[in-house]
Amino acid sequence: MTTTPPAVPGAVPGGAPGAATGSGSAAPVLRASGTGARAARAGVLALAVVYFAGPLLAALWFTVSSRSAPFSLAAYGRVWGAPGLADALGLSLVIAGLTVLLTLVLLVPTALVVHLRLPRLRAAVDVLCLLPLVVPVIVLVVGVRGVLGWGPDQLAGTPFEELLSGVQSGWLPWVLPLEYVVLALPFTYRALDAGLRTSAAATLVEASLSLGASWPVTIWRVVLPTLRTALLNAAFLSFALVLGEFTMASILQYQTFSVWILQFDNTDGQLSVAISLLSLLLTWGLLLLIAVVSRGRTRAPRRDRKA
Amino acid sequence: MDTVPAVGRSHASAPPASPAAAAAAPRQQARPARRLPGWAWLAPAAFFAYAAVFFLVPVGAILVEAFRGDDPTTGDPVWTGANVAAVLRDAYGASLLNSVELSLVTAVLGTVCGLVLAWAISATGSSALGQLVSSAAAVLANFGGLPLAFLFVAAIGNAGVLTGWLAGAGLPLPKNFLYSLPGVAVVYLYFLVPLMVLVITPALEGLKPQWREASDNLGGTVAQYWLHVAGPVLAPSLVGSLALLFCSSFSAYATAAALTNGTLAITPLAIASAVSGNVLVGQENVGYALALAMVVVVVPLTLLYQWTARRTARWLS
Repeated sequence: MTTTPPAVPGAVPGGAPGAATGSGSAAPVLRASGTGARAARAGVLALAVVYFAGPLLAALWFTVSSRSAPFSLAAYGRVWGAPGLADALGLSLVIAGLTVLLTLVLLVPTALVVHLRLPRLRAAVDVLCLLPLVVPVIVLVVGVRGVLGWGPDQLAGTPFEELLSGVQSGWLPWVLPLEYVVLALPFTYRALDAGLRTSAAATLVEASLSLGASWPVTIWRVVLPTLRTALLNAAFLSFALVLGEFTMASILQYQTFSVWILQFDNTDGQLSVAISLLSLLLTWGLLLLIAVVSRGRTRAPRRDRKA
Repeated sequence: MDTVPAVGRSHASAPPASPAAAAAAPRQQARPARRLPGWAWLAPAAFFAYAAVFFLVPVGAILVEAFRGDDPTTGDPVWTGANVAAVLRDAYGASLLNSVELSLVTAVLGTVCGLVLAWAISATGSSALGQLVSSAAAVLANFGGLPLAFLFVAAIGNAGVLTGWLAGAGLPLPKNFLYSLPGVAVVYLYFLVPLMVLVITPALEGLKPQWREASDNLGGTVAQYWLHVAGPVLAPSLVGSLALLFCSSFSAYATAAALTNGTLAITPLAIASAVSGNVLVGQENVGYALALAMVVVVVPLTLLYQWTARRTARWLS
């Protein structure tokens, strides 16, 4: 737990793990020779395509075709007029924005200090950032409900009671972004940590300070630009997580985007399938974009070295 | 969101540090360290406080509340083992059993299918395909719980497109298939298989070509290579992945909740129902006990996965 298995970033074939073996030499072990193995491989891939593309295509068909109209994009046209969508999506976007902001404010200084000055704390921070993955969301939300319930019970008459009711009420349920920061921790912290490891942050900070820059200037003009990809990764991962999060919002009974889709499903099945498809593809597209952007940035220096 | 440690890392894009870089790191760190202002420790302190308040306290609350209850005669709050006992009995016990069964079946199927698929993808050696798969896995496993349910309703729900086609072809799906345990298992595999591909690919690629060459040169057959060389190397990762998939399936909530309107008898849905107040008098805290039961099942298994993942990482570097 204390060390990030270095493998997974290079999990993707070609993103090759060991620099020693390289992508070219790792593959041949797996590249079974002979037509039998090749046919088996093709068969497996074909089956996978059918299983994974099938439901997607079926859902797409479902949204554009009905008894009354054999082909119509009306369901997609209805998306923007759907009653309640604007409110739910607005709430989700505000919560997502707050989550990203809170995450960065909390984590960037922490990751930086741990990286630069207190490496002994790294193990503890790593473990804490991993734990939210270990404990299922449905379990965490039960605990959160329990703590919120202490307000009127055990803590009645104390300032804590007001605090606890404050985070649950009003137009913005603060409890959601506050908890979503925790849910996103494993992803966001890893992204930042990986960014710090690969950047020469320590050297750059030293250089900046030596040249007489103050700490705020160093952070703003040296550290943050260096970590741009990592920050983008962290921000996007938590943003996507919040938009798709259903368990906590639905148990705590807040009408966020995902909770709204489920309730709306009873009224217009076609529309909820259309929105689901859109949100899946949008998330996927953005994730691919991030992957491409961050790969482009980490690959560039390697090419320079060869030249 | 389900238990998927791998995903964040897959986008972390950190090339593993070479020994030289690792040796240089402490030297780099040593110098600016002195320059950090004295109040710098406030940042980690704030972080630890935050994690304690918003994570450790709620989880601790479960441990406490699971053993609290109201005395049946006086109505005063007392310590009791009744909630935990209730979890193992009757409807709650049955849902726990269903959950374990569902998770076990989907984990085994997911591990096998994912391993085969990972082999097929790795063998093509296409980086674009790998990137596509890893990002798709991330979306499906982490951000797709609810949309996934709708996808399958449209495909093989009672009014689904494929359901209609299959019925037309004389192969009708059982009625309400999607809303039963086997139907939910089909949907779970849709995110478990990509997850398996994501976590097992590094282990597959860690098999060094030299091992295969050595085996061949010593006269080993393909079967002997897989049985005596690759098999033992992969074994810990396979066990770990199985554990991870089990946890992922066991913890999944959104998909099953959306598909079955919360009526399927599995533990996550039973918890949701219990905390929304659908409990008998005197069982108000049974939701906490159910949550505790999940922790008892999931935590050791996820830690097992983390441990095997670290062991595998050693082979890869």
